[in-house]
Amino acid sequence: MNNLNKWFKSGSPWVWLSAGGVTLSLISVVGLLLLIASNGLSYFWPSQLHQFEMVDVDGKHSTVIGEIYDVETIPAEQVIHTGIDVKGAEFVERYLIKTGNRELVNLDFRWIVAPLIQQQTQPQDLVVIERRTNGNFYGFIEQVFMDGKAVELSKLDNFMARVDNLQDEIFELQKTDIGAINYELERIRLKTRKAEINGELTPELIASFDAQTQQLKDEYLALETNLNKLREEVQRDKIIVRAMGGEKIEINLEQVIHVSFNNKLNIIEKTTMFFSQIGNFIFAEPREANTEGGVFPAIFGTVLMVLLMTVIVAPMGVVAAIYLHEYAGNNAFTKLLRIAVINLAGVPSIVYGVFGLGFFVYMVGGSLDQIFYPESLPSPTFGSPGVLWSALTLAILTLPVVIVSTEEGLARIPASMRHGSLALGATKAETLWRIILPIASPAIMTGIILAIARAAGEVAPLMLVGVVKMAPTLPLDGNFPFLHLERKFMHLGFHIYDVGFQSPNVEAARPLVYATALLLVTIIVALNMTAVSIRNRLREKYRSLEH
Amino acid sequence: MTISARTVDARQIKNTLARWFISAGGVSVLFTLVLIFMYLVYVVKPVFESATIEPVASIPVTITSKALAVGVDEQKQVAFHITDDGNINFYQAQTNEHHQANELLLTQTLLADGEVIKEVFATNINQYIILLTNGSVRVIQPTFKVSFVVDERTVTPTIFYPLGEDAIYLDEDEAVIEQFSFAMNEERAVFVALTKDQRLIKTSLIAEDDFNFDSEFSAEYQTIATDYSAISHLAITPDLLMAVIVKENDVSIFDLGDEWDVALYAEFNPLYNTSTNITSMALLSGSSSILFGTSDGKVLQWFEVAGENSRKYQQIRSFNASDTESITKIYPETFRKSFYAVTPNGDVGVYYTTSEAMLWQGKLLASDQQLFAIAPRANGLVISSDRLEVLDVENEHPEVTWSAIWQEVWYEGYPEPAYIWQSTSGSDDFESKFSLMPISFGTLKAALYAMLFAVPIAISAAIYTAYFMPAAMRKTVKPTIELMEALPTVILGFLAGLWLAPLLEAYLPAVFLLIILLPVTTCLTAFAWFNTPKAIKLMLPESFAPLILLPFLILAGYLSFELSPLLEDVFFGGDMRQYITNDLGINFDQRNALVVGIAMGFAVIPTIFSMTEDAIFSVPKHLTSGSLALGATQWQTLVKVVLLTASPGIFSAVMMGLGRAVGETMIVLMATGNTPVIDWSIFQGMRTLSANIAVEMPESEVGSSHYRILFLAAFVLFVFTFIFNTLAEFVRQRLREKYSSL
Repeated sequence: MNNLNKWFKSGSPWVWLSAGGVTLSLISVVGLLLLIASNGLSYFWPSQLHQFEMVDVDGKHSTVIGEIYDVETIPAEQVIHTGIDVKGAEFVERYLIKTGNRELVNLDFRWIVAPLIQQQTQPQDLVVIERRTNGNFYGFIEQVFMDGKAVELSKLDNFMARVDNLQDEIFELQKTDIGAINYELERIRLKTRKAEINGELTPELIASFDAQTQQLKDEYLALETNLNKLREEVQRDKIIVRAMGGEKIEINLEQVIHVSFNNKLNIIEKTTMFFSQIGNFIFAEPREANTEGGVFPAIFGTVLMVLLMTVIVAPMGVVAAIYLHEYAGNNAFTKLLRIAVINLAGVPSIVYGVFGLGFFVYMVGGSLDQIFYPESLPSPTFGSPGVLWSALTLAILTLPVVIVSTEEGLARIPASMRHGSLALGATKAETLWRIILPIASPAIMTGIILAIARAAGEVAPLMLVGVVKMAPTLPLDGNFPFLHLERKFMHLGFHIYDVGFQSPNVEAARPLVYATALLLVTIIVALNMTAVSIRNRLREKYRSLEH
Repeated sequence: MTISARTVDARQIKNTLARWFISAGGVSVLFTLVLIFMYLVYVVKPVFESATIEPVASIPVTITSKALAVGVDEQKQVAFHITDDGNINFYQAQTNEHHQANELLLTQTLLADGEVIKEVFATNINQYIILLTNGSVRVIQPTFKVSFVVDERTVTPTIFYPLGEDAIYLDEDEAVIEQFSFAMNEERAVFVALTKDQRLIKTSLIAEDDFNFDSEFSAEYQTIATDYSAISHLAITPDLLMAVIVKENDVSIFDLGDEWDVALYAEFNPLYNTSTNITSMALLSGSSSILFGTSDGKVLQWFEVAGENSRKYQQIRSFNASDTESITKIYPETFRKSFYAVTPNGDVGVYYTTSEAMLWQGKLLASDQQLFAIAPRANGLVISSDRLEVLDVENEHPEVTWSAIWQEVWYEGYPEPAYIWQSTSGSDDFESKFSLMPISFGTLKAALYAMLFAVPIAISAAIYTAYFMPAAMRKTVKPTIELMEALPTVILGFLAGLWLAPLLEAYLPAVFLLIILLPVTTCLTAFAWFNTPKAIKLMLPESFAPLILLPFLILAGYLSFELSPLLEDVFFGGDMRQYITNDLGINFDQRNALVVGIAMGFAVIPTIFSMTEDAIFSVPKHLTSGSLALGATQWQTLVKVVLLTASPGIFSAVMMGLGRAVGETMIVLMATGNTPVIDWSIFQGMRTLSANIAVEMPESEVGSSHYRILFLAAFVLFVFTFIFNTLAEFVRQRLREKYSSL
């Protein structure tokens, strides 16, 4: 007892409790990252395919084929009332099985209870087929047809390679060539309208526009014939598959993206497939209302918007930091400026979104439309949310990050360096440009990297000023003027929100959301670590300079 | 000038230019903040402005006969009047490319031979019913075709007869009509009238197809009452379901909904004392509210309220429209719940009922007998004197007042005043309800639960890291915890909504078990360590406490979740959620304040941790050394010296955290059900200001009241966080000065 009392008096329990706070924080950070990583990575790993022989309470036999998605232990009471014999167990397991085959059953998923499973096998010839529509198919391949003739199964790989090539060609034709023609046609329409508004629409002009239009339409027709030919080609082969209920279904290879005998794969093949799946995820277009496929447009949109933002925020932030540190006196106005910087950092991001929408989009953008794009009114050009306005809004949002970091860098430069330069006759501007800025550049880099990391993860303001769930075209393409600042774009963070919360089948989309989250977290954590390590190296460097 | 002098000059100029440029850049930061502030104010301001009324046109009228009704088109380009010799005359109000102002555009007679007008009744959906002396009526509807010729709008008036050009007898027996009221929709037109032989009758004209296209109808005649007289006011609701009759200060409401029988639905007397009289009556837009003007200058709003077991008419609010005069005319607007109250000598007051706002007051008319009409879009007025006066009314946002936003409002159809946020709905005659109370409450609730979770963990972690932790360990621990700040909130929100919420629902007892088990485990571990032999203690010094605790806390967490089903079985009958809903009667949302508190707590922990840690770490070392030298223990020094000195810094850290929690959008958007309810319960969701903006902003119409209120919500957030941040920064600057003087 005395011991306990002494222990208590020493204050040690409180110290340990505060240590508990550290432990808890560390557990949560690391746990969170591990949670995202494990869930995100398992999305790419080819999982085992299972076949369950089931007998239900009425003695009816059935087969369920699919991937095991989740296992839960539930109190037996929850299932006893349905007549299932749990053999006296208090808890039973149940599995969430992804059964796919959306054309046969409405639900991709079903729960099965362990006591009803008679036999669980992993047949070698069980196959998962990733398709362009209707999600995955699980079953057995019965027959392969080439142009209507049955051939052996081993030909399938060749056929798939051929289909892939053709699909690439079709995609190229549709997106690039036909897209360019449509874009040109729209530009001619706008030119005509502009000439009409300015009263310069002469018959010669009309004739020339008409000729151009006609030429484009001819080109289009040629491309279309080509396209139709390719489409016919790609539909040549098909396979007959058998689903878990015994139904035989014909799948045209045109629909198929990937055929995989997961149970036959060894660890090396699985690893190869794992990485190729990651590659697909990063470089492919999304499918099925974003719930499947890749996230390339979202990555592209995020990167482009962030780059634009950097171009805007870097000079603004650096100049403001230089003013605060090198020019501003120690007076009330400077104090006010510092409070402004702190407040800019503290204002909720959604407020920037509201400001961006009202000021940039409707006020500035609306005015730009009136002045420069009257030909396309009433449909707005810059007067609607877009990538430029998003970049500007986020530039204001991240401005304090750059200012604070740059100023810290400036503060670490010993005064002796400034004095030396000035004593040698350099003006203040020259000192800044030749001495201070080069030395402070790692700090500026740190600020910019932190700003990028912040901007890449920010979603709320973007929902108002330019992000969309599905952008038909990228803001950067092969059509003049190549960079389309007025276009809307896709964003990784918004992708997470949209797919996770707005999609019709959240359960099916969840792995993809984890994968996207993992991607985003990886980018942001990497950026932050880079920034922190640059900053630490910088601090070490100046610590040695000071002495 | 020598070359070198010129170079020096150029350098000086460059230097000056750089100074200007950089100063401008520095000031632009302040400018940005002020711009955001000003822009928000600029958008919000119009909602709080009261109405203005300004004359725009005055048309000299050449016809000498007396006008019986006036009106104006939607664009306020064409004004018209109906005179007692049966003509309708349309005048151009403003000059445009095609017509001069004051030009007579069209004149047309509305009478057949031998007919004489007794009265013209104007509905507020631009229909005019001409009652003839023989007891028949003709309904006319001036319509205006808008056409664009070379980007210029022209309005051409025509007359449309929805019930045909022939006069219709209201009474089956063709009796003379003393008083009547009228309302119609596309399927049916209803008259309630008092005949000269004191019968109260109802006449329905039922369209064979649709009155917009075809004026064919069949008539049905009914007698409501006989020996009925001395009606002072009479009106039919636009939905054709009720007739309101005021007779000697008693109000009778007849149900017109039944085709065969017109029953008395309700009777009441809206006056408090017997010395006053009802001097006017009108129906407010939306068919629910009745307005009574009284002889002591008040306007009373009544509507039906659902009581305990019956529905009953009740006075909701009253407006003091005049101190000296009675209210003899009330003109309601067509689509909004505004009305114009007129006194005998022509004083006009403009009011909005729901917000209880007095929007405008002044002398507009010579007397209450002067003809007066509100433009269809309620943005103008037309008054008939010896000229036709057209006035502009600037009254965009009458429904929004400071009190309507922050106080309880009694909406039509609600049993009592309430705070309600409901901006849109499927139906057309829906009244938007903009109370910022529920969503401000939600914001504070979410922030509070987040702080409850974050503050203890963040501050205790900061204390240990700054004061007890060896430097080498601190170097890795601090950035790791700060890394959490960089995690995008959309990811925290997604995990909270899709992973944490279902998990907590399934393992609810585990959460409460954890709250007990974690501190207990910590203390037990600490005591066990205290009692371990010295040899082991030397290998694992106390400064490694967080690492020593790591396996035990993980174990405690694991145990809590494992024991959760057992606890549920023993204490809550197998399902805690069921228990909470059924036995305790508390609503349980899957995405509730608990989930938000934990998720948003994570988001603010690094903010609070980082700043608290800095504040404690920078407490001058000689203070602690002095205290320790005097024999205080580490803990005593920490509590009595370090924390006390650093307390302003800790305060400002908490303020910053609060600022962040208040403005956080994605987490609350994804981790709550976003229902705007006022309820402190930890098992209920909420809607916050920021989530509300994110949800509704993309759908709101630019310039509408809704749009501006959302800007107001943003402004409120801005002000909230501005106060928190400025306070925190101010305290921090003071603290920095204090440290430097120490």
